[in-house]
Amino acid sequence: MIEADGLRRRFGATVALAGLDLRVPPGSVCGLLGANGAGKTTAVRILTTLLRADAGRARVAGFDVGRQPDRVRARIGLVGQHAAVDEVLSGRQNLVLFGRLHHLDAARARRVAAGLLDRFGLAEAADRPAGTYSGGMRRRLDLAAGLVHDPPVLFLDEPTTGLDPRARAEVWDYVRELSAAGTTVLLTTQYLEEADQLADRLAVVAAGRVVAAGTPDELKAALRGDRVDVALARAADLDAAARVAGAAAGAAAAVDAATLRVSVPVQDRVGALAAILPALADAGIAATDVVLRRPTLDEVFLRLTGAERGEVAA
Amino acid sequence: MSERTVQLGSAAPGDVSRWRWAMADGVVLTGRALAHWVRQPAQVLVGLLFPVLLVVMFGYLLGGAMTVPGGGDYREFLLPGMFAMTMVFGVEATYAAVATDLARGVTDRFRSLPMASSAVLTGRAAADLLHAAVALAVMLACGWAVGWHPRAGLPAAAGAVGLLLLLRFALIWVGIHLALVLRRPESVVVLQILVWPLGFTSSAFVASESMPGWLGAVAGWNPLSATVTACRELFGNPGSGGGSFAAEHAVILAVAWPLLLVAVFLPLSVRRYRHLAG
Repeated sequence: MIEADGLRRRFGATVALAGLDLRVPPGSVCGLLGANGAGKTTAVRILTTLLRADAGRARVAGFDVGRQPDRVRARIGLVGQHAAVDEVLSGRQNLVLFGRLHHLDAARARRVAAGLLDRFGLAEAADRPAGTYSGGMRRRLDLAAGLVHDPPVLFLDEPTTGLDPRARAEVWDYVRELSAAGTTVLLTTQYLEEADQLADRLAVVAAGRVVAAGTPDELKAALRGDRVDVALARAADLDAAARVAGAAAGAAAAVDAATLRVSVPVQDRVGALAAILPALADAGIAATDVVLRRPTLDEVFLRLTGAERGEVAA
Repeated sequence: MSERTVQLGSAAPGDVSRWRWAMADGVVLTGRALAHWVRQPAQVLVGLLFPVLLVVMFGYLLGGAMTVPGGGDYREFLLPGMFAMTMVFGVEATYAAVATDLARGVTDRFRSLPMASSAVLTGRAAADLLHAAVALAVMLACGWAVGWHPRAGLPAAAGAVGLLLLLRFALIWVGIHLALVLRRPESVVVLQILVWPLGFTSSAFVASESMPGWLGAVAGWNPLSATVTACRELFGNPGSGGGSFAAEHAVILAVAWPLLLVAVFLPLSVRRYRHLAG
């Protein structure tokens, strides 16, 4: 549904995209994950016909974004920082306006607007200026504005940036609902949790290209960073536990004194677990909790982008 | 993909339907501007009354000390100048509207829609021309109230109104182009300041003959002076004479100057708008 090959774009001396490739199959949710300045927004602007690429090709919903922009525009919805609503007009006036500009007739535009206002919980505020809306309401109106023509492809450019947790969860629910109804979604986000929650597939962007792509589980597994974490009852056991668990798993264990935890990288997940627990018991070390875990997306992301932990806002 | 979207996408083949949609989209965006005025009546009212305030200021407070070359009432002389200044002030509104849409991301929203791209500019131009017509009507009524009258017949007066709206039309494209280049809504302050030297170095407030020689020449050839002098002539108000070539051919210049501005700034604006895609 979205195919990009070798997209390049520079702004003066700055290279925003350095050959970005992307495939988003119909009906899936693809998360474009990257730090600020990685090139996510430039990619979305090119795919939504707002910006020309210097080189490369992209097709959205079957049409070339450079050569048939109107065909693409009729089939996409754009939600995010870069496609705002009119703050002077009411929510209803905004939706009717965008419906009319999608060439719905007046009566139909009004019907569609009323339906979307209901669906996004804005019926009560429908006739107030959009400038008076709260952050969450604004974002719901943005979302509704991207849906007036029922587009098969939806672009969400950092849809929850600046929202409180409740408003964020609401937006997530709407995205899941749309995805369940068959809409193809391309989502950019800096929030790993958001990508993990919503996306079927992830593309990690750094310095203008996709450095890794796959399902969230594939990405995590690709790093082979499965670990067993053991939480201990007594601080005095930390060193002994690290030695015993490390020996049982055949790897060096890390000690976190602050949380009374010992963490061991493992290859054979179940086998390692089966070896570590009896060894600890034999050594008379009391464990309060044991977790077998994949690395978090944060860890994957940091490894892939080579960024320092402090630089990535999550 | 729904049936409807398929139809929409394929509804653009012929040139006729393309023109029809461009018109329809322009009308929708003009309607948007009208809705803005309904939502912000105070702002509209202040904009309409500001030139009225100037008429009172110049006509009554300063007017006593003014003499009109060739004789005549100063307010009769002033009003055509104020009509033209009202058109000039409009450039601020055009600039602010276009720059605000750009800065807030509304323009990008329009650009992501399958609408005619020309409509964003034509819709703005039509709305601002409508606003200018209302502002001019208010000023004509204000003129009437302070004793100004058109004294050269209705056809000539209609011609003067036409020239004023032509000036505004030209300034719309100057305003759109400046907004597309500068992109900062705050920069409207610069325009709010610059309209004054433009106004004062024209014959809008005082006759250019009363200025020092070189300044008088600048004022005489100021495009604004052409419209003002032509309006004085067509309204039959005092102060339209003067020996210079510019003053003798005011009506021709009042047509030529705005057309030149349109010929320069309309294509530049369209190019700039297309260039937003980089």
